[in-house]
Amino acid sequence: MPAKALAPIRIVDFSGVLAGAGATRILAAFGAQVIRIENPANNGAWDPIRAAPPFKDERRGFNFGGGWNNHNVEKLGVTLNMGTAKGKEIFPRLVAMADIVAENFAAGVMERLGFGYESLQSIKPDIIYLSNCGFGGTGPYQPFKTWGPIVQAVSGLTYTSGIRDQPPAGWGYSYMDHGGAYFGAIAMLAALHHKHKTGEGQWLDLACTESASTLTGPAILDYTVNGRGTRSEHGVDSNRGDLPMAPHNIYAASGTDEWVSIACRTDAEWAALAREIGEAAGDPRFATYEGRQANRNDLETLVAQWCAPQDKFDVQHRLQALGIPSAAVQTPEERIDKDPNTSSWGMWPTVHHSAIGDVRVDGIPVHASKTDWQIARGAPMLGEHNDIVYGEMLGMSADEIASLKAEGVL
Amino acid sequence: MTGALNDLRVIELCTEAGAWAGKLLADMGADVIKVEPPTGSITRTYAPFYKDVPNPDRSLFYWHYNTSKRGVTLDLTQAAGREAFRKLAATADVVIEDQPVGQMARWGLDYPDLAKDHPELIMTSITPFGRSGPRSSEQATDLTLLAGGGPAWSCGYDDHSLPPVRGGGNQGYQTGCHWAVVTTLVAVMHRDFTGEGQHLDVNMHAAQNVTTEAASYSWLVARDTVQRQTGRHASAIPSQPVQVLAGDGRYVTTGFAPRRPRQIRVLIDWLDELGFKEQFESWPLLEAGANLDHDITMQTIQEGGEEAMIFGAVRDSLVFIAEHVTAYEFFIGTQSRDMQCGIIYTPEDMIEDKHFIERGFPTPVEHPELGETFTYPGAPYRMPASPWQIYRRAPLLGEHTSEVLAEIGLADQESSLRTAGVIA
Repeated sequence: MPAKALAPIRIVDFSGVLAGAGATRILAAFGAQVIRIENPANNGAWDPIRAAPPFKDERRGFNFGGGWNNHNVEKLGVTLNMGTAKGKEIFPRLVAMADIVAENFAAGVMERLGFGYESLQSIKPDIIYLSNCGFGGTGPYQPFKTWGPIVQAVSGLTYTSGIRDQPPAGWGYSYMDHGGAYFGAIAMLAALHHKHKTGEGQWLDLACTESASTLTGPAILDYTVNGRGTRSEHGVDSNRGDLPMAPHNIYAASGTDEWVSIACRTDAEWAALAREIGEAAGDPRFATYEGRQANRNDLETLVAQWCAPQDKFDVQHRLQALGIPSAAVQTPEERIDKDPNTSSWGMWPTVHHSAIGDVRVDGIPVHASKTDWQIARGAPMLGEHNDIVYGEMLGMSADEIASLKAEGVL
Repeated sequence: MTGALNDLRVIELCTEAGAWAGKLLADMGADVIKVEPPTGSITRTYAPFYKDVPNPDRSLFYWHYNTSKRGVTLDLTQAAGREAFRKLAATADVVIEDQPVGQMARWGLDYPDLAKDHPELIMTSITPFGRSGPRSSEQATDLTLLAGGGPAWSCGYDDHSLPPVRGGGNQGYQTGCHWAVVTTLVAVMHRDFTGEGQHLDVNMHAAQNVTTEAASYSWLVARDTVQRQTGRHASAIPSQPVQVLAGDGRYVTTGFAPRRPRQIRVLIDWLDELGFKEQFESWPLLEAGANLDHDITMQTIQEGGEEAMIFGAVRDSLVFIAEHVTAYEFFIGTQSRDMQCGIIYTPEDMIEDKHFIERGFPTPVEHPELGETFTYPGAPYRMPASPWQIYRRAPLLGEHTSEVLAEIGLADQESSLRTAGVIA
């Protein structure tokens, strides 16, 4: 078994859904001890996906949400009612043992609970506190609420995703929940390194709309430097894209809703593709990138006609054999169960969840030679690790835990 | 105060795929030295350019992805270039590269070569399909990664005669880079605890595969296949449209419509305030909703009775308001009434919005070579004890070659290296 890089790290974790839970999930996969806290009074319903589909079988309820299991693997789960006086007494004891407190509540919730950064710091002077919300902890929109699609809309990511002469298509999922998780994990790790050097903790204020905006840099600079905005007569075409590549698009292949992508990075790659296409592609207008750009509509039509009768994987294999970037648009089934790259990578580990049973989840797309990740334990059932955390770690007796449960604190 | 990574030196040997990883580390204070061939990184030829004139020092693409780095040139096809790279790597904490699989080994610059006398080195390799496995020799770009790895399947339009969409802005590369940075920092922590370095094998195709939210876990858990829809989550069960063209010709997204009577009352009051109540024909249904003694549930909506009609009217009223006010009025109007709706900004709308200006997100960066200062996107996270910052604009071609050669004790060889074309 590989060494666990983050074994010395403990995180007290309120963060949920994906933008929050996804960040601590990564640290847990590398060995950090993540203790997720949920409210027993509403069975953890603050996180709407705890009881949400997909479900593995006919069983329903707050221990069976498939997405929740995916996002919370390798974590410990405890219940604690922060609205009770005893909950407010117990929480600081968890903070005192922690390196990091993480949450993605709406801005201001932790202050209202009495545990803003200054209060956490008075409990544990070197604490790292990550707050992750849509618009950040300050500014006129601080009270506004978001989820992935709102973050993507406000940041420009929705507008910049679409095809010519169509409205924005946007992202068909909460891309920025993943983004929030990645930026959150980066911020926590950088802060851990800073603390290791200096002994100093800090408050990490992550506004997902801002982190999303950093992902549109060249478009912003074209405006701030050249004064050229993103709006234009035909709108954005992100399939054609901005990289100096042509053809560069997603083309219909044979069959229903089957598609294949092709990108020619050089004139040589185009020449190789043109030989496959045949005579019409020998048009001298297409010989150089500038020529292909100037005649882009004709070029794209030509490639589209060539792809249309072919199987999408045949196009991919045919062009890859020539060294040209091409990939079929894969369905979930194709990329998960039929793509040899993901299976050989161990991309879909099976975890054991105490209620759901064995189920596959997302893996980590990086292998580390000395401290590789491990994802084997499913997400916790509600309060599954109360005895371990409150009993073994905080030293509460079984009677004490039982009476706290009876009082609705746990 | 200095950045969180101010004690780390990173050697970056990256083109368009990996440069974002280097920027994330550099803006947190790492001394990132970008190594380019004497002709310059190919990304220096990428549009747009300052005043639209191609020039290797004026690509805005290069500017964005290479802030805070130092830049040196080295021809790694020559032995003297490789020797200089070895000396440089010996001073580094991290080497991060996105070269084709096998290239570093052919140069004798792979992890075993560099770590032999430097076991605390961390080396991060970013490749399209990882270094091993049946697809490791395939070619990829941002487009083909997003197409093959899952995101494109979920993005596009209700009309499936239109193609799936590659989300804009090099997100496939950036997703690979996010994983590269996260795991590099995990390795930094392991080194902090134990002194031991290691090699990280980043698979960009796999990175897309685990950045698809419900598309993957719907299949893994329930063998459901999500289907793309305009401007909203791809889903195995179709949902109602949310994207609306507002009164000023800009788009908004309406999100989840309210289901609580109190929220429906707020919506009626807003319609009234705007003078639209009588124009909106279904307002009596809204009144019925506001007078309910319980919340509308997903279940009663699915059952299709009166509450489904009320919920339909609530949705319609949001669309009606959006169509009759500006996109910004709709955004502020809904959010200040506790409804999670959004405005579909362009990137430049965002950077000019007062909220982000007040928070200091737009970041001025001085370009002394042009005598100008330009606004860049700012901090993805605030870390006040070790502030994020753009330390300097992207390096001019070979700007720090002399400086860095001197730091690794090769100052006396500079002119011969220049004559041989090892450096530019």
